[in-house]
Amino acid sequence: MKKHVITAIALLTFGAGTLLSSAANASPMEDQKSFQEFFKKRFKDTEFSDYKNGIYSIHPESRKQWEEIEDFPPYEIAVERGEELWNTAFTNGKTYADCFGEDVTAVRAKYPHYDAENDTIATLEDDINKCRTANGEKPFGWKKGAIADLSSYIAYEGRDAPVNVKLPESEKEIAWYEKGKTFFYAKRGQLNMACADCHVYYSGRMARSETLSPALGHPTHFPVYRSKWGNMGTLHRRYAGCNENIRAKGFKAQSDEYKALEYFQTFMSNGLAFNGPGARK
Amino acid sequence: MLNIRRMLSVAAVFGVLLVPMAAVADDAKMIEEGKKISFDTKKGNCLACHMIMGGEMPGNIGPPLIAMKARFPDVAKLRAQIADSREMNPNTIMPPFGAHGILTDDEIDKVVAYIHTL
Ligand code: HEC
Ligand code: HEC
Repeated sequence: MKKHVITAIALLTFGAGTLLSSAANASPMEDQKSFQEFFKKRFKDTEFSDYKNGIYSIHPESRKQWEEIEDFPPYEIAVERGEELWNTAFTNGKTYADCFGEDVTAVRAKYPHYDAENDTIATLEDDINKCRTANGEKPFGWKKGAIADLSSYIAYEGRDAPVNVKLPESEKEIAWYEKGKTFFYAKRGQLNMACADCHVYYSGRMARSETLSPALGHPTHFPVYRSKWGNMGTLHRRYAGCNENIRAKGFKAQSDEYKALEYFQTFMSNGLAFNGPGARK
Repeated sequence: MLNIRRMLSVAAVFGVLLVPMAAVADDAKMIEEGKKISFDTKKGNCLACHMIMGGEMPGNIGPPLIAMKARFPDVAKLRAQIADSREMNPNTIMPPFGAHGILTDDEIDKVVAYIHTL
């Protein structure tokens, strides 16, 4: 027994050490490759393309229940409300299509991307509100409600488009990328945990009765309807939730921290397909 | 003189008997409190990650907490693991319960007393 315990610990520690060290000073391309390889090795039964389904890609026990939920998706109303928003003109007569282009199916996969003009990461939600204020409308609240409705509709129409964030190359792009990467691997909060602790090194393990999802594919299916919330929420809402669970202060939705994190996480997920909105526990 | 000697010998007898009995009672109380703190989701929440006999819905992030006397003959080492797990493994996911003030010194003593019985 004693020996078993020791071996288990040695394995755990070893597992945690390898990715961390290889992630320390590599190029974004190398990072992406070792990140994806890590999960391919860890979950041998999971098809690469299936990581877009989050926890259900590695947890057959809950998958069936989820598939039943997807028969009558709880995000359907949000998609409908979002469509109405998309088709309703602002008071100045313009519409979202004037900001995003006529083809709504092409919008989702453009985000996130580096916005050179403003030296920031453009996200779908941020651009929704930019579009509103540019047209004299009040911005939506950031984490739920109308913003999640419109984002749901755009995600729904943009399903199956490949995740293909452009490789960060310029100094400034790399600075944003590194900011997101550092955030992802940094310990924080009173409980002193990193995103990577739960969603890389111990992905597939259980914290109490919650199986930890792989970080690969995290951003593909947002916004999500979460039973625990009882409504839709954006990716940044989820980020703040996970930060608060480890007793760290959550950052604001669309803060530079979360934009960088979304940029890093989505670049790591290149090669998957967008499939939002999603339904989760 | 005789009285004093008698008193001393009485004290000696009681001393031998009383001290350990009190200690046993104290230990039992400490262990019970330690168990409460370990299971409390707002305190130790050890079950989030460790299987512990008698605890419901344990996670499996860390090793099962069993055979602790064999694994930790030195209680000080066990205390160090709980007070600041980073001393053993700088990258550990296990929270530094003492160093980050998640538990007080007194609470850690109780948790250690309990965990060492497992
Ligand atoms: C203490 C462990 C823990 C830490 C640390 C943690 N999370 Fe989570 N996270 C969870 C659990 C549990 C869930 C719900 C089950 C799941 O889907 O993984 C979750 C869910 C998520 C989801 C939703 C996944 C989906 O498919 O809907 C995202 C995205 C996420 N976490 C990102 C992060 C990021 C980014 C960080 C760091 C800022 C982080 N998490 C830190 C435990 C953690
Ligand atoms: C978030 C996860 C997590 C929590 C919460 C946690 N631990 Fe741990 N613990 C671990 C991991 C993982 C290890 C394995 C060593 C390592 O990776 O540092 C470990 C190792 C240990 C060990 C050493 C085991 C051995 O056989 O060497 C002890 C003892 C221990 N934990 C006790 C506790 C106690 C007591 C609590 C609650 C007060 C607790 N842990 C809470 C994750 C956790």
